[in-house]
Amino acid sequence: MHFDLTDIYQPRAGFIHDLDPRVKLLGALFIILTVVTLPQGAWFSFGLILLLVVLLSKAAGLGLLYTIRGAFIALPFALAAIPIPFMTPGPAVWVVPGLGWAVTVSGLLRFGTILLRTWLAVQAGVLLSATTPVPQMLWGLKSLGLPRLLVAVIGFMIRYVFVLGDEVLRMLRARAARSPHLPGQRRPGVLWQGQMAGTMVGSFFLRSLERSERVYAAMASRGYQGEVVLLQQPSMDRFDWAALALLAITLSAVMTLGIWR
Amino acid sequence: MLFSPIKMHIPDGFLSTTVAVVGWILAVVLIWIAIRQTRDQLGERQVPLMGILAAFVFAAQAINFPIAAGTSGHLLGGTLAAIVLGPWAATLIMTAVIGVQAFLFQDGGLLALGWNIVNMGVLTAFAGYACYRLLLRWIGETSAARVAAAFAAAWLSVEVGAIATSVELAVSGTSPLQFGLPAMAGVHALIGIGEGLITSGAISLLQVSRPEVLHTGEQAPGRKGAIFVLAGLFLALAVAAFSPLASPHPDGLEYIAGQSGFLERAAEPLYSILPDYTVPFIHNPALTTIIAVMLGTLIVFALAWIVGRGVFRLERRR
Repeated sequence: MHFDLTDIYQPRAGFIHDLDPRVKLLGALFIILTVVTLPQGAWFSFGLILLLVVLLSKAAGLGLLYTIRGAFIALPFALAAIPIPFMTPGPAVWVVPGLGWAVTVSGLLRFGTILLRTWLAVQAGVLLSATTPVPQMLWGLKSLGLPRLLVAVIGFMIRYVFVLGDEVLRMLRARAARSPHLPGQRRPGVLWQGQMAGTMVGSFFLRSLERSERVYAAMASRGYQGEVVLLQQPSMDRFDWAALALLAITLSAVMTLGIWR
Repeated sequence: MLFSPIKMHIPDGFLSTTVAVVGWILAVVLIWIAIRQTRDQLGERQVPLMGILAAFVFAAQAINFPIAAGTSGHLLGGTLAAIVLGPWAATLIMTAVIGVQAFLFQDGGLLALGWNIVNMGVLTAFAGYACYRLLLRWIGETSAARVAAAFAAAWLSVEVGAIATSVELAVSGTSPLQFGLPAMAGVHALIGIGEGLITSGAISLLQVSRPEVLHTGEQAPGRKGAIFVLAGLFLALAVAAFSPLASPHPDGLEYIAGQSGFLERAAEPLYSILPDYTVPFIHNPALTTIIAVMLGTLIVFALAWIVGRGVFRLERRR
């Protein structure tokens, strides 16, 4: 199911898992920034980043295929960039038979660069979420300046998404049990199905609202202070700083290499 | 239009760095205002209520039904949340949902997160809310009017988000407006129907079982300023779309604008798939689509008005 968060974090023992969450967040952001700002056609630098990401996921014990597989999620969006090979000026390499659309070299170059950037950026994201447990990620985001309220809301959301997810599953199971498809009977129309789905969403909304009222009452009676406390507060040690600095230096070098090709 | 991206989550790499930074600045400012506004509205209940409703939006996406052409309708949620809790609270709820999708599922990029929040959180919440309130003011606050207005608002909010997405991609030089706008607007016109059916179904149930829930949204902060926030965002998008300075790839948009002869040919197959989506006597495809979307919006408004009024009369006569 979509709301199953359990298989995203991969518990392993390794130095990447032990890094301060802030280092991992900033590191992923640095990698994504580098990938996005590298000039198009800087294949060698892109290759170096790919190598870096593969080495990091190997060091994290994730296996070669894990991050690559995770990167498929952004692929459907590549369709938005499909006109680029046809619409960038330059010498034509191939003409679509019958339509007269010309594919240009510079167009292909730009299309390829966009795909590569997306691919690498998603891999950095996969690496981040696979090595950082959710509470640590939230703590890291908060100490990097995300508003406390937003962190609290997201924390609550993640806590209750399982409860509400199960609620939805029960409702769907009940719907399936009440509405068998009998042979010889026509399926109801889209409009009707949409209205029914809407009614379900409405009653699910009421259940959620009522649950939030109960939860608030329970929290208030236990003296909620407005913050979820982590038992272990991570702190930046020398190793964390060194890792962050090393990554920044590597990425700057790759960037320079890409620009001064 | 089966091959077009169904989702609006922009991944990293599709937006230029400048455009992405502008999106982040917008998102940060809007989230800051949203936090201020909802603190006054909800007080201590703020965190549990919004957290659980964010989980609701996340989980409610499992409730789906098949529409046409291989797409299935499910809730995006911005409009429903805005109608019930007001636009600023809906903004925060959607921000939490979109942020988690980006950080945990890589559904949408981290640099693109700013625009993703603006498109799917802020714009859908405000467009939906403004449309709903306007329609209710015109039709009158009857129960049929609420259902019809919820449908129109949800449809429009999806369409607005899709159009904004295509403008951002065009400004980044990733997907020319002449291609991206009709594709995104066309697919999301279909998806919007699903969103509209679910949202109006939910509102009709809420009216019957707990009508007082709907009053929260009517008294929420932002009810007066919603139009202005929306107008400001539209203005920003329009400036971005029509300023050549914003484009980091001047070769992209400008070249295309100069080569309109080629463009009409390129756009032809698109329009034969979606013949109803263009106005035949105007020849610029992007302009045509904008006008067609506006016409479509007017039609949806008019339908909502007629349905709302008609049922209102019936109720009074009874």
